[in-house]
Amino acid sequence: MERRTIFPGWRLPVLLVLPQLLLTVFFFLWPAGQAIWSSMTRTDAFGLHTEFVGLENFSDLFSDPLYIDTIGRTLVFCASVAALSMGVALVLAVCADRELRGRNWYRILLIWPYAIAPAVAAVLWLLLLHPQIGLVGRWLNRMGVAWDYKLNGVQAMLMVIVASAWKQVSYNFIFFLAGLQSIPRSVVEAARMDGAKGWFRFRTVVLPLLVPTVFFLLVVNLVYAAFDTFGTIQALTQGGPGKATETLVVKVYRDGIVNLDIGSSSAQSVVLMAGVIVLTALQFRFLGRRSSE
Amino acid sequence: MTQRFDWPAHLVLLLGVALFILPIWLVLAGSTLDPAAISRGELSLIPRLAGLSVYPSVLSDGAFGAQPVWHMLMISFGMALAIAIGKIVISILSAYAITFFRFPFRMTAFWIIFITLMLPVEVRIIPTYSVMSDLDLINTFPGLTVPLIASATATLLFRQTFLAIPDELVEAARMDGAGPWRFLKDILIPVSSANLAALFVILFVYGWNQYLWPLLVATDPHLDTIVIGIVKMIGTETQTEWNRVMATAVLALLPPVAVVVLMQRWFVKGLTEGDK
Repeated sequence: MERRTIFPGWRLPVLLVLPQLLLTVFFFLWPAGQAIWSSMTRTDAFGLHTEFVGLENFSDLFSDPLYIDTIGRTLVFCASVAALSMGVALVLAVCADRELRGRNWYRILLIWPYAIAPAVAAVLWLLLLHPQIGLVGRWLNRMGVAWDYKLNGVQAMLMVIVASAWKQVSYNFIFFLAGLQSIPRSVVEAARMDGAKGWFRFRTVVLPLLVPTVFFLLVVNLVYAAFDTFGTIQALTQGGPGKATETLVVKVYRDGIVNLDIGSSSAQSVVLMAGVIVLTALQFRFLGRRSSE
Repeated sequence: MTQRFDWPAHLVLLLGVALFILPIWLVLAGSTLDPAAISRGELSLIPRLAGLSVYPSVLSDGAFGAQPVWHMLMISFGMALAIAIGKIVISILSAYAITFFRFPFRMTAFWIIFITLMLPVEVRIIPTYSVMSDLDLINTFPGLTVPLIASATATLLFRQTFLAIPDELVEAARMDGAGPWRFLKDILIPVSSANLAALFVILFVYGWNQYLWPLLVATDPHLDTIVIGIVKMIGTETQTEWNRVMATAVLALLPPVAVVVLMQRWFVKGLTEGDK
């Protein structure tokens, strides 16, 4: 879409667009270019020599069973976070969409957690699940579950999933509620008249109309789980115990900043970029469909 | 329609609310307790009024391994405000240029901005760090904020709003002799004020909640944000004074939550009507 009426001249608009372009070039394009370049080079152990190795870092990466494990782990983590937070949010949104007394209060009380930082959400859950001081952690131990996420990898994974999903529920709730409210009451009423009851009406009438929202949120949640949970994981487990909670982003950080393996870390960055490009393209496809409806 | 008390829905919603309130309440109550009691696992849900003195104390002294909390709060405020205002300003200007003018390489500029959507910090950790050190921006406040100011989301949102303005309005303004600046100031900004408010909330929360970026570019403890500070505090577990950690967590939560609650109406509208 283009505007028909415009202002004349080209110096002013160039000046207006310049600040953003400069920031983009310096802090986005240049680093991205460097990532691609250094993903194709290798530096020796003393940092004296850098040679061009083509795609070798990538073939090393994909033949490394540890990297393949990390991909699998990240997929499990992302899928669990998306399913858990979207499931809880949908149930809450369906209830909040009814004609209830005090529903505006419920909405405010369910929306504010949007503001909680992922790292702070992690701190809250640590204080709940800590085996010695946490209310839930101690209770689990009393119940005979040997709860210690610092030793048990499965428990650590469960903990980062719960903490990450918890923080994302509000965001999903806001969008599900908006999606439900945009469904015309008359459609739902007509289904009711036809005798469609509760769950059946929801499944056959409401849910199909909610599909665009579900797809949109699915992409957003996968991106969130893959990238924005770094703070949560770093605060709770630093990727441990061992590699039990090491996602792809945590691995880039560990390999690059902690272990200073620049070539491999850059190659991993480039793989992640490809991932984001695919997800963003998907998001815009569904977003386009959303707004054209 | 019959109006009766829909108790299953109320029950589910109350459970949902409790899921969010309880952890916060526990931390709030815990912050007022005796640290030795917390370490023994004697957490209670009833706050101890006398323990509220921990708040002035963490504000001025911090906790083991961290800066005073007031200082970290100031850094977080500065960072959140600089990012929110900076992003809004440069996005309005570039969206204005792209929508209301024709200039060489206009579409190239648009696509360059658009591409940034696909390059979050998380995928370019190392190279961004080396660019930052080439530019001498490590451990500086501009380094903490300026690189996060460029973003496509706000520009795309303003572009959408601007495209929806009727041509008649633009024509009328030009007939009245309004130049480009007056048009921007007297028409575009008032027309998009709802978007501005929503974006401010979203970007303030975004800036306040940053973790990876400050971790990378600000290793100097004087630039610790409150989010960095609280994670540092739980990292030194052997001598953790849990009541101080909990008080800091509460203080880290309050400002962004207050912004969302106070500006709730604009925020929800802006979030669901724009792209994200």
